[in-house]
Amino acid sequence: MKDDLTLGERLRQRGVSRRGFLKYCATTASMMALPPSMIPAIAASLEKAKRPSVIWLSFQECTGCTESLTRSHAPTVESLIFDHISLDYHHTLQAAAGDGAEHAREEAMKGNWGKYLLVVDGSIPTGENGNYSTIAGISNLAMLEEVAEGAAAIVAVGTCAAYGGLPMANPNPTGAKSVSDLVSGKPILNVPGCPPIPTVISGVLAHYLTFGTLPELDALGRPKAFYGQNIHDRCYRRPFYERGEFAETFDDEGAKKGWCLYKLGCKGPTTYNACATAKWNEGTSWPVESGHGCIGCSEPNFWDAGPFYQALSVPTGDAGNTLLSAAAAGVAAGVAVGFLNKRNKAQAAEAHEQVSADDLSKD
Amino acid sequence: MTSEALLTWARGPGFDWALAIFVLGMLLRLFEVLSLGRKPDLSEGRGSGVAGGVRTIITRTLPRASVFAREPVRILNGFVFHIGFFMVLFFYGPHIELFETKLGLGWPGFSTGIIDAAAVITVASLILALVMRLTSPVLKQISSVGDYVAWTVTFLPVLTGYLAYNHMLLPYTQMLALHLLSVELLLVVAPFTKLTHMFSFAMSRWYQGYQAGHRGVES
Repeated sequence: MKDDLTLGERLRQRGVSRRGFLKYCATTASMMALPPSMIPAIAASLEKAKRPSVIWLSFQECTGCTESLTRSHAPTVESLIFDHISLDYHHTLQAAAGDGAEHAREEAMKGNWGKYLLVVDGSIPTGENGNYSTIAGISNLAMLEEVAEGAAAIVAVGTCAAYGGLPMANPNPTGAKSVSDLVSGKPILNVPGCPPIPTVISGVLAHYLTFGTLPELDALGRPKAFYGQNIHDRCYRRPFYERGEFAETFDDEGAKKGWCLYKLGCKGPTTYNACATAKWNEGTSWPVESGHGCIGCSEPNFWDAGPFYQALSVPTGDAGNTLLSAAAAGVAAGVAVGFLNKRNKAQAAEAHEQVSADDLSKD
Repeated sequence: MTSEALLTWARGPGFDWALAIFVLGMLLRLFEVLSLGRKPDLSEGRGSGVAGGVRTIITRTLPRASVFAREPVRILNGFVFHIGFFMVLFFYGPHIELFETKLGLGWPGFSTGIIDAAAVITVASLILALVMRLTSPVLKQISSVGDYVAWTVTFLPVLTGYLAYNHMLLPYTQMLALHLLSVELLLVVAPFTKLTHMFSFAMSRWYQGYQAGHRGVES
């Protein structure tokens, strides 16, 4: 879409009423925990917003993130936000292929140098000079460095781009790294999740269109508005946890009654994401509601943080083996020290000298 | 190091090392005592040593009336602490899950409200114990560094567990990691302080009781 319409004009063209538009702005404001007084500001800015150029780079990934984001409830205003950005380069979604596709990227970079938004999904392999993954003969590493240089800001979509993800799992054969491991000096926003919630990315884009900046981030580079709360704290099964009512297996009475999934390995207590409130598939459900514990997919290192089906309070190592070998060593050491003490005792007895009263006299 | 990485370490290698040191150290200490041995007692007993041993293990749980009358608060506080500590350790759902997974033995737990209250009481009784130790001239005189170390490593797991559950001070992930690390510190330190009494209490009571029982005197 090579036109110069503002977002407001485009929405009216699509038949979205002013009322509908303001409703979207109010939802966005509340979703991002902005005060109601910001709604008119959001509306005014979005109305006038021009189409920003977006370059989307897909590296070591499974396309799950794109699958998730393209299911952002069409045909709502949200999807129009997606329509509104000028997605100039995206392997999966663009029509062009081969040289044509690469030219599109180069043109977009040249035409919007310093202004375009770079979206990355997938981790970047750095082993073997980055040759584990190449696009048009260019390694992911080289492409990221080149495109990042002219970007206004970078959005790392999905846990792979944000924290390394599954490709980084032990023993990390490709030397996979996250965007923030490799790029510095640019504002980087992480939208982790495997995949992330579509509403989150559209919310972030709306924020960028409105304020021209990225939203407030937490210590892990995630927008606080979406990742500020704990799954466990927002979970509708929380009361069962408090009462000590846990499902022990996936098909016992407790599971049928919807009891807490903590003992089945739910990682909700250590996971920060919006699943429990925003939900998935147009608000239909989310993992815990469908009967499976949270696996903590929006947290760094979730792939190597122990079994998914083991409770958070259970150590991940083999306690039995540790116990046996430590016990054997402890007994052996105890016996050895015992012998040593006995010898000391015997030696002391041997060295004992008879002392008579005469020996103790002062003269 | 991120708090996630810290938690992963605490749940994995950290716990393994701590458990190994705990078991190794505890057995070393106990065997060291046991292997010293005693000269065989060839005297004919006036009563049963075994009965005396078993009886004393149980009866010494309660204080003598004359001792209790002298220091009722300190003794009651000891009971409050031990009961509170056992409640949070053995009857909190996530803790039971640990024992169930690792030992194959599970039991019903209390609701978190009760455990939460027990944790508060345990923390308060530990603080009271410290205050009494610091204000009583006699207790202060006979306290060594080891006593304060033992108090600290016992206090930290209860405090961090309470803070983690109630999402206070730090994000849950971070506090949970600190909670596990404090438990690991307790495991590592326990064999080398007076905390060995968690096992040796039975041995020493048995010994005293056996001696008394054998001689046919009260213990």
